[in-house]
Amino acid sequence: MQPLKRDPAPSRWHYRYQRLMLTPAFRKLLRVGLPLALVAGVAGGWLARADNRALVTESWQNLVWELQHRDEFMVDAMAIDGADDALSADIRDVLPVDFPVSSFELDLVEMRDTVAAIPAVAEAVLRVKPGGILQVTITQRQPVAVFRTASGLRLIDAEGVIIGPLAARADRADLPLVTGDGARDELAEGLALYDVAGPILPRMRAVMRMGERRWDVVLDRGQRILLPTENPIEAFERVIALSEAKDLLDRDVSVVDMRNAARPTIRLNEPAVAELRRISGPAEEPDE
Amino acid sequence: MKDLYQAQRAMRNMRQAAMQRGVIAILDVGSSKIACLVLRFDGPEQFRDSDGVGSMAGQSQFRVIGAATTRSRGVRFGEVAAMQETERAIRTAVQAAQKMANVRVDHVIACLAGARPRSYGLDGQVALDGGIVTEADIGRVLAACDLPDYGEGREVLHAQPVNFALDHRSGLGDPRGQAGNMLTTDMHLLTVDHAAVGNLLHCIKRCDLELAGLASSAYVAGISSLVEDEQELGAACIDMGGGATGLSIFMRKHMIYADSVRMGGDHVTSDIHMGLQVPMAVAERIKTFYGGVVATGMDDRERIEIGGDSGDWERDRRTVSRAELIGIMRPRVEEILEEVRARLDAAGFDHLPSQQIVLTGGGSQIPGLDGLASKILGHQVRLGRPLRVQGLPQAATGPAFSAAVGLTLFAAHPQDEWWDFEIPAERYPARSLRRAVKWFKDNW
Repeated sequence: MQPLKRDPAPSRWHYRYQRLMLTPAFRKLLRVGLPLALVAGVAGGWLARADNRALVTESWQNLVWELQHRDEFMVDAMAIDGADDALSADIRDVLPVDFPVSSFELDLVEMRDTVAAIPAVAEAVLRVKPGGILQVTITQRQPVAVFRTASGLRLIDAEGVIIGPLAARADRADLPLVTGDGARDELAEGLALYDVAGPILPRMRAVMRMGERRWDVVLDRGQRILLPTENPIEAFERVIALSEAKDLLDRDVSVVDMRNAARPTIRLNEPAVAELRRISGPAEEPDE
Repeated sequence: MKDLYQAQRAMRNMRQAAMQRGVIAILDVGSSKIACLVLRFDGPEQFRDSDGVGSMAGQSQFRVIGAATTRSRGVRFGEVAAMQETERAIRTAVQAAQKMANVRVDHVIACLAGARPRSYGLDGQVALDGGIVTEADIGRVLAACDLPDYGEGREVLHAQPVNFALDHRSGLGDPRGQAGNMLTTDMHLLTVDHAAVGNLLHCIKRCDLELAGLASSAYVAGISSLVEDEQELGAACIDMGGGATGLSIFMRKHMIYADSVRMGGDHVTSDIHMGLQVPMAVAERIKTFYGGVVATGMDDRERIEIGGDSGDWERDRRTVSRAELIGIMRPRVEEILEEVRARLDAAGFDHLPSQQIVLTGGGSQIPGLDGLASKILGHQVRLGRPLRVQGLPQAATGPAFSAAVGLTLFAAHPQDEWWDFEIPAERYPARSLRRAVKWFKDNW
């Protein structure tokens, strides 16, 4: 019998290699994992040097800086709308921006908060307009009354917020004067008293909040009208009507007390009391 | 015995795992060729809810996606003779089949032709305590079969229950759930040489493959080439391989006997090689082209060029007549068939109701063999080809592949074996617990 010619057969390792290549997971690893690992390895090796990392960060920052400082993104000026000159100056003081500046470096939210923190500003809108203008639109608080405190005069707006100090009452004689603790919280009611004052408006000096619950109307010649806690407007209107009809307030009266609606009371001054006694004295002597 | 039970169970679990993965390889390690088929289990009947063999003999659940054959080296008489060569041949076949299937195979079911199979018929008997046959009772009756002394160095390859009898009613296929007092079983036990199996297992292991099943080649050839009626009524399948001729007898769809004759087509080739003084390869070629067993007058005139292989092509040209070739082949084929006849007689094949004989395997392709076989074996002889399996290449549909095709059917639908049933441990705690539960049920 002739020796058999050796038939071709895969070697053990070739056989194993073929089986390995037929394993789906391994093929996926080879197709996806290997290139990934290669790229990651090369990149990691390059980044392992500190110089290279610095180069990457530097060039990235340069790129960002160049992009942000293109002309399209530069802000050259600030325009303020809706504020008077003093307030504009204030705003320019609190927003120290060195123009020209890139719009990426402006923190508009924080700047708006800064501007809104000024007492005279009710609302502030900031935006960067095309053309490189930082537009600041202000809604200014409008003073509606003068508020007197122990430390001096203040201007307040309709919401009772203090806008700023006032040097002298005569500077804003057009505004009504309000005083007393808690007067700012009920400002609308206090100002309504001015609205209904009508003929005695010229004589009104102030409305005063008493004990944080009711109003006094202070007139000239030291006269006071004490209004109740409930429905002060109506009580005031009654006093005005009485004054119109009987000239009540032109007489020598120091206090008109309307706190008890069922029993309005007036307090006379000393001379008036004496005069009253003198007139009515002989007619009706006291019995005792 | 316990070891074998565990090992076979492990193989069954491996087969389950392979079915889960959906890919399993079939390896027919023969003496003349090694065939490897790769099966993919994705057919429509893979997840059937009912029991039993499905349509098309249960083979519609898989298809063959890879097939490869290589010349066998180092296998003689169906047994591994040279480990390295066998391993290389298995590697070649598996790799080619994998390449065709484009999938990696890890589990393999193998069959072997030789290893001196020997059949035993066992019977066991147990009394039923519940009155109804349960699965545990079947395990118990199978374990009750007293094992014959099959000798040192032998291994159990198949242990199949072929018949159940309940009291005096015999011929039950599935006695579960039936009422009776005494359960009896007949079991067919097939043992093979331990060394031959061990060598084959070692070769397969060296190829990084897990063994998911092992079968006798005669048995699986019978599965694939006997038709259902033949299996039911009784038939013998004779698988004429290269180095060994396997024979298996089927009855009532169970194998009841298997044996192997250690002669095959290689011996015919060897006779030609010696008788005509030609190389082995030339002898094989002459056998396949001009071989036959019945000579006629025409054959005297037909000359076959056999060549001299002396280098002098002009002068040294020898020819033989085909009659001479047949004269060499016929005695050897007759000898093989006589031997088979003797084995069949020893097994009591005469007493079967039907004595159909089916010739298959590569050796059955000799022209005129059926005529010769019917003279020796009996009248009812036919040539068998394996069942057609989905996806099988045309080249692998011949009778030489009946064992490989049978293995695919075996892989798809293995027969119940002894190790498929739970071994009955006489569990006292479980039983006492049951007794306690029963006591509570009775008294409360």
